[in-house]
Amino acid sequence: MKIIEGRVWKFGDNIDTDVIIPARYLNTSDPEELAKHCMEDIDSGFSKKVRKGDLIVAGDNFGCGSSREHAPIAIKAAGIAGIIARSFARIFFRNAINIGLPIIECPEAVDKIESDTLIRIDLSSGLITDIRNGKSYRATPFPPFMQELIAAGGLMNYVMLQQRL
Amino acid sequence: MGRTITEKILAAHAGLAEVHPGELIKAKVDIALGNDVTAPLAIDEFEKAGAQKVFDPNKIVLIPDHFTPNKDIKSAQLCLKMRRFAKAQGLRHYYEVGRMGIEHAFLPEQGLVLPGDLIIGADSHTCTYGALGAFATGIGSTDLAAAMITGEVWLKVPESIKFIFWGKLRPWVSGKDLILYTIGKIGVDGALYQAMEFVGEVMDQLDMDSRFTMANMAIEAGAKNGIIAPDNITLAYVKSRAQRNFKLYQSDKEASYKTVYEFDAADIEPQVAFPSLPANTMPISQVPNISIDQVIIGSCTNGRLSDLRVAAQVLQGHKVHPDVRLIIIPATQDIYRQALIAGYIEIFLDAQAVISTPTCGPCLGGHMGVLAEGERAVATTNRNFVGRMGDSRSEVYLTNPAVAAASAIMGRIANPEEI
Ligand code: SF4
Repeated sequence: MKIIEGRVWKFGDNIDTDVIIPARYLNTSDPEELAKHCMEDIDSGFSKKVRKGDLIVAGDNFGCGSSREHAPIAIKAAGIAGIIARSFARIFFRNAINIGLPIIECPEAVDKIESDTLIRIDLSSGLITDIRNGKSYRATPFPPFMQELIAAGGLMNYVMLQQRL
Repeated sequence: MGRTITEKILAAHAGLAEVHPGELIKAKVDIALGNDVTAPLAIDEFEKAGAQKVFDPNKIVLIPDHFTPNKDIKSAQLCLKMRRFAKAQGLRHYYEVGRMGIEHAFLPEQGLVLPGDLIIGADSHTCTYGALGAFATGIGSTDLAAAMITGEVWLKVPESIKFIFWGKLRPWVSGKDLILYTIGKIGVDGALYQAMEFVGEVMDQLDMDSRFTMANMAIEAGAKNGIIAPDNITLAYVKSRAQRNFKLYQSDKEASYKTVYEFDAADIEPQVAFPSLPANTMPISQVPNISIDQVIIGSCTNGRLSDLRVAAQVLQGHKVHPDVRLIIIPATQDIYRQALIAGYIEIFLDAQAVISTPTCGPCLGGHMGVLAEGERAVATTNRNFVGRMGDSRSEVYLTNPAVAAASAIMGRIANPEEI
């Protein structure tokens, strides 16, 4: 699996799916359109400020609320390459894995890493490194079945392999 | 060792003798649900994968309810995609405007979901059906696409938390207050990844409508599912509706729980959840003077007949405060009809409320009552996140239907006892 490196956007606890992508924009599923409004209710202009490859670091229960897959899609299409949080809401967690948006739970990294820091994540080992000061943090690796899903490139690819579609 | 009702249902659908918390399983689904927001994405994935046929046209339910009757051209396009897919696949359970209802009120009402089922839905409030003694959980659109092809879903077996409610309910207290109180105690991630099982003498007396409300909001504590073991009240509800066999499961006495909470109903007043989290609760007696602009009575949480009944009881002979708009949304066509026959609709009209066709509408800030900057609403819905009902500077207070109706009359958040 790959290594991602990017600048950090930090958010607090309980960032919900209505904030990630407000329901008023759910009348489309076009990723580019959704990306424009990503996080706009808590950080207006977020999608303009984000550079491709940036990362989100957030507190507890990231992605709580609705089942809308538009939330991880909007984040991914906005250019965010991965998310580290203290914990994720479970449907958001599934959705992110299913669409191939890397997400990692690591409370220690969340406590120590500041906004704007440049960090590196090694997805296969779960090692997170703060490039500025060299400090590193280790996240719990995924269980084998989920690694299989991720290796296949998301749930649909996995299903296609299994069903020989 | 004993097993919980959740573990038993999951084991049965995974074809295993037993399952344990933390285990990843593949389980067969009895019903897979999608709506006009989530199904179109799933259909795209289904087609991209090159799939030709759904695994079983009788086990997929598609309901346009979020932005319907179509609020704009884009929404109409999404519904069109769903309708065409339903036709092409010969889906038995596609329900068009005029024959539908808000999904989580409609499926149980029509007997489409039954005790012992494993139900997944591309909507977070799919957990509502746990009130029937089923395992029901929200998933995403890609999960729905995969399930439409394979009839299966991957799940992690959750740990269970038991909530025991003792005593007798106080006046004007309903399932909504029990669940808001619970979420207020444990927080919006208090049951993250876990099963919430509701038991106790209060639950034994509670009607199905209140049970649905409680299971509906399990997701608001981060839970995977909420569940209430089936009893005579459940059976009376499903008997006339079921068109296929179902199975009743109960937790074993020796089943193990991660945590057990015990609450005394004597401590539970009608609750108000302040912006912008459902856990931000306060008992009605401590709520200060908060003026409001709009009241919504409806949604998959509290748009059922008994919700309309209690609203009618409070509103009868009163008028909505001149500064307030009261919007009432029966959750299904059938509830609408029954409210009409029972005379509730006339009471609402006399009170100067507006009554809408079944729709999610304002619950998610879609249409039919979106809030402007700085406006405040009392709503019987389930979420009061920032911007949930409109502008990001508007506010939503969650309550039961009695408090909502009283507030509409008073023009501020009010206790029904004041009326
Ligand atoms: S009524 Fe609200 S919470 Fe329920 S399904 Fe519709 S949008 Fe979701």
